[in-house]
Order: sequence, then structure tokens, then C-alpha cells
Amino acid sequence: MGSQGGFYQSKEFLDLVKSIGEARSKAEEDRIVLGEIETLKRRISDPDIPKRKMKEYIIRLVYVEMLGHDASFGYIHAVKMTHDDSLLVKRTGYLAVTLFLNEDHDLIILIVNTIQKDLKSDNYLVVCTALNAVCKLINEETIPAVLPLVVELLAHPKEAVRKKAIMALHRFYQKSPSSVSHLVSNFRKRLCDNDPGVMGATLCPLFELITIDVNSYKDLVMSFVSILKQVTERRLPKAYDYHQMPAPFIQIKLLKILALLGSGDKQASENMYTVVGDIFRKCDSSSNIGNAVLYECICCVSSIYPNPKLLESAADAISRFLKSDSHNLKYMGIDALGRLIKISPEIAEQHQLAVIDCLEDPDDTLKRKTFELLYKMTKSTNVEVIVDRMIDYMISINDNHYKTEIASRCVELAEQFAPSNQWFIQTMNKVFAHAGDLVNTKVAHNLMRLIAEGFGEEDDTADSQLRSSAVESYLHILGEPKLPSVFLQVICWVLGEYGTADGRYSASYITGKLCDVAEAYSDDETVKAYAVTALMKIYAIEIAAGRKVDMLPECQALMEEFLASHSTDLQQRAYELQAVIGLDAHAVESIMPSDASCEDIEVDKALSFLNGYIQDSIEKGAQPYIPESERSGMLNISNFRNQDHHEASSHGLRFEAYELPNQTVQSRIPPASLASTELVPVPEPMYVRESYQTTIVPSASSDAGSTELKLRLDGVQKKWGRQTHSSATSTSSSTSQKTVNGITQVDGSNTSNSRTRETYDSRKQHVEVTPEKQKLAASLFGGSSKSEKKPATGHKIPKPSSHVVEKSHARKSSMEIASEKKASFQQPPDLLDFGEPTVKSAAPSVDPFKELEGLLEPTTQVASDENHGSTTAAAKSPDIMGLYTETHAGIYDKDDSDILSGLSNPPVTNMFGGTTSMQVAQSSKGPNLKDALEKDALVRQMGVTPSSPNPNLFKDLFG
Amino acid sequence: MIKAVMVMNTQGKTRLAKFYEYLPVEKQQELIRGVFAVLCSRAENVSNFIDAESIFGLDSRLVYKHFATLYFVFVFDSSENELAVLDLIQVFVETLDRCFKNVCELDVVFNYSKVHTILDVMIFGGQVVETSSSEIMKAVEEISKLEAASNSIALIPKSASGWRSR
Repeated sequence: MGSQGGFYQSKEFLDLVKSIGEARSKAEEDRIVLGEIETLKRRISDPDIPKRKMKEYIIRLVYVEMLGHDASFGYIHAVKMTHDDSLLVKRTGYLAVTLFLNEDHDLIILIVNTIQKDLKSDNYLVVCTALNAVCKLINEETIPAVLPLVVELLAHPKEAVRKKAIMALHRFYQKSPSSVSHLVSNFRKRLCDNDPGVMGATLCPLFELITIDVNSYKDLVMSFVSILKQVTERRLPKAYDYHQMPAPFIQIKLLKILALLGSGDKQASENMYTVVGDIFRKCDSSSNIGNAVLYECICCVSSIYPNPKLLESAADAISRFLKSDSHNLKYMGIDALGRLIKISPEIAEQHQLAVIDCLEDPDDTLKRKTFELLYKMTKSTNVEVIVDRMIDYMISINDNHYKTEIASRCVELAEQFAPSNQWFIQTMNKVFAHAGDLVNTKVAHNLMRLIAEGFGEEDDTADSQLRSSAVESYLHILGEPKLPSVFLQVICWVLGEYGTADGRYSASYITGKLCDVAEAYSDDETVKAYAVTALMKIYAIEIAAGRKVDMLPECQALMEEFLASHSTDLQQRAYELQAVIGLDAHAVESIMPSDASCEDIEVDKALSFLNGYIQDSIEKGAQPYIPESERSGMLNISNFRNQDHHEASSHGLRFEAYELPNQTVQSRIPPASLASTELVPVPEPMYVRESYQTTIVPSASSDAGSTELKLRLDGVQKKWGRQTHSSATSTSSSTSQKTVNGITQVDGSNTSNSRTRETYDSRKQHVEVTPEKQKLAASLFGGSSKSEKKPATGHKIPKPSSHVVEKSHARKSSMEIASEKKASFQQPPDLLDFGEPTVKSAAPSVDPFKELEGLLEPTTQVASDENHGSTTAAAKSPDIMGLYTETHAGIYDKDDSDILSGLSNPPVTNMFGGTTSMQVAQSSKGPNLKDALEKDALVRQMGVTPSSPNPNLFKDLFG
Repeated sequence: MIKAVMVMNTQGKTRLAKFYEYLPVEKQQELIRGVFAVLCSRAENVSNFIDAESIFGLDSRLVYKHFATLYFVFVFDSSENELAVLDLIQVFVETLDRCFKNVCELDVVFNYSKVHTILDVMIFGGQVVETSSSEIMKAVEEISKLEAASNSIALIPKSASGWRSR
């Protein structure tokens, strides 16, 4: 290939890249790029530039835009290039267009026609390029213009085209499910394509369809299982192997699909057990991709109807992940553990130390994943340790997004599992103090409600204890500077409601504190409003109790300030306060009853107390009130708007020639057709109306009718509409209850087993662990084997009632036997057993892969010549090393000459350690050296040096 | 689905950016900067995964791999498997290496359109369609062969007519 190592762009472009690379600051870079934009603007508008030059300019434009600058002046030129006959130019045009434009851009309309033409091209590469553009540039309105062409391509002789056509159809489905809903069966058909690549591509849309609606695809379970079986048995062509694994990417997709299909479906799951078990056994856990497949197996096992044997293999795999040194595997292990503990909670115990190690790991990603796991396994026995850890971590990070998330998790856990009120209040205080402004205000409102309602127990003393401990802690916290606004609101509210409730603090003390808050945070109106209302409550309570109210001088000063405040809200509150203070005890009690924040307020929505007043007015001659809906003028307007909306959605573009003029002109024109002509620039609008007339459903305002109007495409039209769609998206509930049953069952059977293993494991490991870690482990995990203690005040925790467990346990044994029996009777099914009559044409009754292998046998021999190096390299490990040493050596050369030429950057000295080790490899590589030297010479000639000393991308492959 | 592919160097210069859902240029730049800020704060010998929800919104993960001067970054959602994507990056880089013989940062910069071609063969509309490095190479070679052919055809008549007019 001509491009190898050679840079065939012009000197100008190289200069540009170089100068940008050397720019010292962002400003300098911007200056250079702006200069480049000016140059390009000038050059590009020149009417006769050679195509080759034009191509380069467009590439430079793409580059400029990648750096974040506006290149919109050149979009039209990129569009023009797509019309070109030369493949090279066309491809560049399409590339630029897909990068520049979005599907709603005005210029798209200029490309649709070209895409249509290219989709029909004889050259399959042109078709592929066009399909690529289709994915990015076609929107809901233009789908009908290309849809028939794309559907035709599903049967294209080239598998690359079929694959892309499937994906394009998938993309259409994502953009507008209704416009392709009648074509969904094509995905099923393509699943039995002769080419495994096309089959693999089909899995992508099917995965999405199954995610949306599992039940309509249950019939495919056997097909997926048998495909997976054939893949694992290496019946796919060798080309699909990757690192000695048979088609791992297809395996992963299939496992994901099976996980969806088997979720909560015992019968479907039983069909999967054998093949998933096989993968567990066969999978090579030494390679990255092998572990990816293993991880997917674990996900599948934890999603489908549980099987004890598989769960055991999954647990083994997880422990291998967790014991590995690789952070990636640990991460996957933690994630997988989080999935599996939903089914068998006890497996977490044997991994306690590994989990704690991950928690203390410097890697942030791993840490977060571990917190996620802890969040999932929190119970009342370990909540304190976990939440404490979470809060510590929350304080230590700066990432607001994650801070918010972890804060809300802390709140959730604390609400659910709090062992004591004291602890709960303290935890909430910590969360608010450190992440107050990030916490959703809902959380604050929840907290207030919780304090007001107590924990829903009858025990009033516990509630009042909770409140007084809250008041106490808040009074303490108020001493701290700079509290978040939300937290202050909570504090003000609680002090107002319960500040004086237990009689420990006097009203003047509390009001003084509230005044301090209002003064200290004088720029926060919400806090001030909360403070004023709290003051009002305190005074109201005092008055209602018959005590004499003395307003503090500072409080009076504050009120005077608020009475003249710019905020009407504050003003009103201040006036209300003044008014309340002037009232007698009885009136105050009915306005502000104490501790009634949770009482329902009855609202008379009919305003019946005004009836007398209305009667009087009508008698005096006033007009009676007419409800809005009955007013005639309003009716028309709203209706009109409605119609308008429908018409707007019916605007569409036509991509076909107009019909021949028809002489019989109809006089009556439905409003929808009128609207749809507006955008179409045609000399004689009458004809267009005519042609639409034939397809329009008379009632233009009906929704289904108007969407149908959009475009006319022969043949497709009739299948459209909602009918087919609605039938596809129906039943999608049920079948989720069963899992509950499954969970309890496995619990019973696995506990004894893992308990023994766990004690063994931990004993073995405890030797080398520090006592703190042990303690932490005990507090995190130790609790789970004990029976769960009932928390002090008894919160709203759903407690599994014991008799349910027993019952399901008893049922389980019989079910299990049944399932095992069934599994053994199950015959390995045929791949093509779809039970779908329409498949006939594409579906040979023989195993397609077998057939394919037969077909390919002679041809692969020939084809593999080209391919040979790569496949053998993949098969034999020494060859891989050869491949990499080759690259290594080449890189060394680049380096070396860099150093010699004196052009290199200062940090080059770091590289000497590396280069010496490469010397050996270098000596054996003759021709490569030359290659690299040439490349380097060119680099230097252009005056460009790599910005960092070692351009070797493969460095990390050596380990 | 794969949401974006980015290649950037260790100084934060973008070398390649492809977003599979349309985003305005400013937003793209913001995301790229966000990603780079996270990447440089990562120590060596940590995992290759980053929780990207704070940058890319809900349900997004990020896998990156550091090769010499370049970061290769893939952003995707929960329908992909992290380890598998890590291998996808490997396939991508291996293919680049085959295509450019000892690929270095400059190759990626100067053969911008070619790198896009490779990526287009691998990932189509956000879905992974090809994972075999040799298959990708075959496709790319076929394309460049045809491109070269179409180019020479386009050039001949032009030069001929130029000759005649002289």
C-alpha cells in the first residue's frame, strides 16, 4: 500500500500540524488555526481547484473542526464531493459529511439523492460507504427515501453489505421504531444467514429488541442456545478466532441475550444450563478476552433462573477474578460479585478480604465499584461501617457528580437501616455538612418529614427523643462557619418546630440562634425565609402556652429590615409574624397549632364558603361565571392549535418524481394536503394536492392518518401504520415474580456449603492480614451470618417472613428434581428451529455453519494465503512475540536517529533504559530498520518530531 | 452501543474523535477535555476503566488504553462488556500497526482518513461489526486499491485533454 509509513499530504498540512504541535498555549494554537481557516476559506471558494487538492482541503477542514473550531463554511464543499464519481473523492466527501453534519442539518436534503444513487451502485464499496452515511445522516423524515433500498441490500451477495444493511436497519429502528416495525422480522431471518459475520451483526438489533420486549422472542431461545453451542465447539471458520477463543465477541453478545431471555423464566433457563456450563469449563482464563466471556457467563448465570451447579462455577470464577493482580479483573470480579450476591448473599463472605483490599486500593474506579457492591450488601448489622466509609470517601473527592450520588446513597441507607436515631441524625448531619448543596432538596424534605413523623411507631417517647437529639446537634452545628443552604433550611425548620419542645432550651435562646442564622447568611433569601417562619412558630408556641413574649432587640431589628425587604416573600413573612404576635392565645393556636406539620390540611376546592357572596352579586346584576371550556371563543383557538400541530407533523419531503398532471381538478382540498405542499417547491401546487388526494385518509386531523401522509413510496405504504406495531409491543409484564422464589431457594441449598469454605478461607488468609483489616472485615461481613437484629426503633425494612422461606424450600426440592429430569431429556436443538414459516427462502434445513465450512474449505486455502501470517500468528505464541519484537525494533530506530539528529525533546534521556534492552531485537531485523529510517528521515525533513520521545505504541504489550 | 471513540496524546491534543451520536462541536470539545482531565489524573497500574457518568451522562462507561504517547478511549453503554472493549482497542491498535508498519502518533495524524476507514470497518453506527484484525486489513486494502484505481482513471482523461488543448 502506498500509504505505509509515507505521509502523502502536502507540506502545508504538515506545517500546520507541526506548528500546532509546538504551540505553547491554547491562545497560540487558536491563532494558528484561525489563520488556517482563513487560508482554507480563500482557497476552497476558488472555482477550479483540482479534485486532489480539494480532497486535502476537506481533510484539513475536518482536522480544524476536530480541534474545536467552526468549519461550517466548508460543509457545502464536502457535500459536493459526495457527488463525485471517483471513489477516493467520494469517500472523503462522505467521511467529512458524516463528521460535520447531523441528521437535521439543512444540507442533508442535498445528500439524500446521492445516497439513493450510491445505494444502487454496482460497486459494493460505494454501497458500503453510502450505508455508512445512512446511519449517521438519515433522520425520521428521510428514512422512507432509503428504506426500500436498504431492505433490498439485506439480500446483497456481499456479506459486508448485508452486515451493514442490517445495522442501518437497526439504526432506523433506534431513530423511529414505527417506521420500520413491519421489517423487524428481517432480523430474525438474517439470524440464519450463511455468513457468521452477518449472524453476529444481527445479534445487535435482536439484543435491543429483546431488551424492549422479551416475550415475543422466547421462541428463539433454542436457536440462540444452539448457535452458542456451535460457536463454542469451534464450528465457525478459523477467521473468527481471537486469541485462540472461538468468536468471543459473538459469544458475549449471545450470553447477554440469553441472560435477558432466561431472566425469571425457568423453562428457558433450563435449556441454557448445559451450554453455559460448557463455557465455564472451556474458557481460557489467562487471556483478557477469555475473562470477558467468563464475566458475561457470570452475568448470565446471575440473571437466569438459578442453578446451583452454575452458581458454584460462577463463584469460582469470581474468586479467580478477585485474587488476580490485574485491576481490571478485580473490577470485573467486584461487579460480578455484586450481581451474584442478589441470588446467593453468602458468597460475599469468602471474599471479604479481597473486597476490603479493593476498597483501600488507590484506583478510584475500583473503589467506586466496591462502594457500589457494599451499597448492595448493606444490612442493619453493617450499615454503620459502610456509611462511615462512604462518607469518608465522599469528603475526600472533588467530583461533584459522584459526590451527589454517594451522598444520596448514604441518605438512602441511613433511612433504611439506621440502628439508632442518634446515629441517623449524626449521619445526616455529616452528609449535609459536606455535600449539602449537592444533595437533592427532596432529601432535605424527607429528613424534615422523618423528624416530624418519627419512624411511624406508636412510641412517642422515641420520637421526641429523636427530635431533641436533632435540636441538640443542630444547635451545636450552628457554631460552625459556612454551612450549606439546604442544611440551614433543615436546621431552621427543626428549631422552629421542636426547638423549645422538650423545655431544655428557652424561647429566647432559640430565637437568638435563629436571628444569628438570618444575619450570618444575609444573602440567602431562602434561609432567611425559613428563619423568619421558624421565629414565628416559636412565638406562636409561646403565646399559645400563655407565656409572655418578649422579642429580642436583634430580632426586632431584623424584622424591621425584612418589613422593608426587596423580596416580597420575606416582607410577607415578616408582616405575618407581626400580626401573629399581636393575636391572643386562642387565635394563635388555631392559626399555628404546634407540631402539626404532618397534619393534612383540608382544602375546599369548590370554594363553597363564597356561595353567599356570589348569590348577592348575581342578585345585584353581575354576570354569572362561565367555565373556560364552555366559552365559545376559547374553543376555536384551542382546536385550531391542535390542528396546526397535526399539520406541522405532516410536513414531508418527496424523493420521487411527481405524478403526471391530472386534468380533473378537485375543488375541495383537505387542510392536511394543503399544509404538506407548503415546503415542496413545485410550480403547480394543484397537481401535488391531486396526488396526495389519492392516499389521504379523509379525516386529516386523525393522528395515524397524518403520519401516514409523510412520504409516498410505492409498495411500502400499505404495510405502514400503527396496526403492525401495536401487535408487536404488547405483553411485557409478568414473569418477574418468580425470581423471588428462586432466590430463597438457593439460599437454602448453598449456605452450608459455602459456610464451611468461608471459614477455611478466612483462616488461611488471616495469617497475613493486619488486625485493622480483620476488624473491618468482621464488621462488614461478620454480621451476615448472625441472625439479623431488629433495629432499635424498627424502621421500614421489609423483613422476609420465615414461613415463606420454609415453604419455598419445601417446594424447591421437588422442582429441582423435575428440572434435572427435563434437562436430561432435552435434545440439542437445530439452529434453525424457528417455527417461522416465512423463512423458507433463506433457511436451508442443514446447519448453516457446517455448510459454510464445506463451502469455504477450498476457497479458504486460497484466500488464506494473504491471511496466513495473521492466522498463524494468532495460533502460535512465539509468532506473536516475533510480531511485537519487530515493532519494537523499528521504534527503537526512530528513537535512536532522533537522538542523533539532535532534534529530540529533553525527556529523551529517560528512554536509554528502554533502548538498551531493545538493541538485541534490533540486530535481527534488517528490512524493517530501513523502513523506519526512511520514515524518520521524512519526519525530520518535514521538521516534525514526535512530541514525545518514544512513539512506540506497543510498549505496553511487552509487559 | 459505542458512543464515542477518541484518540488523544498525553498532552491532551486530540488526534481522532468520532461520536456516534451527533454532538455540536463545542460539546465534543468539552467532553474531550473532560476525558483528558480524568485520564491524566490516573496513576499507572490501575484499571483501564473509568466511570464516565459524570462526563457523558447516565449509563456510560469508558475504557482507555495508554500506548506510548497516545490514549485510546472508547465510550459505550451497558450493552457492551468492558473487558471485550479493551480487546477491541487492542484490535484497533494492532490493525493500525499492521496498516502503518510500526504505527506512531504521526501516522494517526497524517493518515487521518485512513484511520477513520479502519474504524468504520470495525464499528458501524455504534455497533461492533468486525473484530478480526486481518479481516479489517483485507477490507481496508480493498478500499485503498479501488481508490487508487479510481483516482488514476480520473486523472487520465484530464491529462489527455490538457495535452490536446495545448
